Amino acid sequence: MAERITGEMIEYVGILAKLALSEEEKAQAGRDMERMLGYIDLLNEVDTEGVDPMTHLFSVANVFREDVVTNGDGSEAVWAGAPGGVKEGGLKAPRTLE
Amino acid sequence: MECLRWTALELGRRIRAGELTAVEAAQAALRQIDVCEPVLNSFITIDPERVLEQARAVQRGIEEGRFGGALSGAPVAIKDNLCTRGQRTTCASRILGDFTPAYEAEAVARLRRAGAVILGKTNMDEFAMGSTTETSAFGATRNPWSLGRVPGGSSGGSCSAVAGGEAFYALGSDTGGSIRQPASFCGLVGLKPTYGRVSRYGLVAYASSMDQVGPIARSVADCAAVLEVIAGHDPRDSTSLARGDTDFTAVLGRDIKGMRIGIPRGYFGEGLDAEVGAAVRAAAQGLAACGAVVEEFELGLTAYAVPTYYTIASAEASSNLARFDGVKYGYRASGEGLHDMYKRTRSQGFGPEVKRRIMLGSFVLSSGYYDAYYLKALRTKARIKQAFDAAFVRYDLLLGPTAPTTAPALGESLGDPLRMYLGDIYTIGANLAGLPAISVPCGLDSGGLPIGLQLTADCFQEKKLLAAAYAYEQSRPFPLCPMLTAEAGAGGEAADAETRGQGTACERKYICPEQMRREG
Repeated sequence: MAERITGEMIEYVGILAKLALSEEEKAQAGRDMERMLGYIDLLNEVDTEGVDPMTHLFSVANVFREDVVTNGDGSEAVWAGAPGGVKEGGLKAPRTLE
Repeated sequence: MECLRWTALELGRRIRAGELTAVEAAQAALRQIDVCEPVLNSFITIDPERVLEQARAVQRGIEEGRFGGALSGAPVAIKDNLCTRGQRTTCASRILGDFTPAYEAEAVARLRRAGAVILGKTNMDEFAMGSTTETSAFGATRNPWSLGRVPGGSSGGSCSAVAGGEAFYALGSDTGGSIRQPASFCGLVGLKPTYGRVSRYGLVAYASSMDQVGPIARSVADCAAVLEVIAGHDPRDSTSLARGDTDFTAVLGRDIKGMRIGIPRGYFGEGLDAEVGAAVRAAAQGLAACGAVVEEFELGLTAYAVPTYYTIASAEASSNLARFDGVKYGYRASGEGLHDMYKRTRSQGFGPEVKRRIMLGSFVLSSGYYDAYYLKALRTKARIKQAFDAAFVRYDLLLGPTAPTTAPALGESLGDPLRMYLGDIYTIGANLAGLPAISVPCGLDSGGLPIGLQLTADCFQEKKLLAAAYAYEQSRPFPLCPMLTAEAGAGGEAADAETRGQGTACERKYICPEQMRREG
């Protein structure tokens, strides 16, 4: 059975999801998640003993290629979309250390 | 405007025959866009000058013999989660509201090489998360069959554009039914190819193990022709598979006598609208009259597809959408330091449905819950795949409804997300198992709304799907959507304000031809 979603759990998930939620959003998220997990618990009826988790539908192997650049230098077009701009070949972001 | 009623193949044939030019076709589509957009809101971005420039280049190419393909010159609408080089690609999200890609999605590039004229980028549920096109940050889209109804989703803009005569065909993407369900609601043919059939390069990822690009059109033949162009291996998508069997139009008209079609009994249970059920059963009889052997059987595990899907899709979404952090591209909020900026950017940039799925996905992947939820869903997915494998030993195709109901009214779905998710019950099995599936119109309900028939085949059996869908379509011609006129457009505008207001966090920035003329 789905556990009751506590305030601490929502705080923790908010950190994992990198979302700053208002108190109202947190309460709503808790209710939504509890209801959805309660529904997902339906899967406990399915016998999956001895069944491997299926991540890929087809048996695809790693695809290797020579490490050779085939595309041109598109860096300027890519940088053009950087919201904080670019400085000395790097994307600008807020300071992480004082 | 007569040409707006033609299929893409009919238009292509007449352009090649010199009856009209690609430029005239593009102008006709732009005029219809001008009439429809104030009401339908099918598009997020349109640049008429760019459209006409492409059309002129394609017309020259046709005259010089460089574009000889069946679809050359036909104007197409592209879902706004497929990257278009130099043209804004928003995923209907505030967080990508001003994002202009530096590269092109492979499916779009293949269309261009085949002489397509790209009209613009269509509205959708934000990041393809939704079933109504109401979670868009650019306002809801209306269903051309009934303006008070949703077009379905998430490829709702692509479908309303094709049904409304604004585009001759469209590309959509389908992770849990996002091509087939809106095609069903809009009286169109929508095809979700086998996972790996079409490159996902340049498709903004939602749930990578299930996302697939596919065509939306007014006929089965159009869908086959578009798939022929976009299918194939692409070294930049290592899940795309190299296969030679892509001559899909070759099977149109093939006899389906003796084809074995299974109807899962569980698809006709609780929750299915009676009129939809009756229309789909009548369609099964229609296929039987074409020579197919149709019978009911027990597929099993049907009730578990929706919870399996939402667990896996949310988990993958939480990982895929981690890249939107305000550093590399897209929207950035101001914040106190890096982490605060990340959180504010994402909180302001994503809408409620996207946040809901990111939260759920983060939870099911988190330490302590990973086994109980995420791995359990992957194990159930394996069981569901086995059930389909067993069915395809006995049957060539499976038949059922595309959606349990016809299009709901605007504004009535988002209040109860779980109820909305349950509407995906018939479509998501194909995504979980990687199967190709098609929605074909099979009637109208008493309110005049289209009903969709879904056919599903085993992996890489698109030809069986198309042969059966074509045979059915030829036996039961379906009416085109009544065309919107300028008068209807003006009448619809007043009623529009209410629904538009819900999703206008982003300013709409497309330019209509009319607006362009006014602005000189």
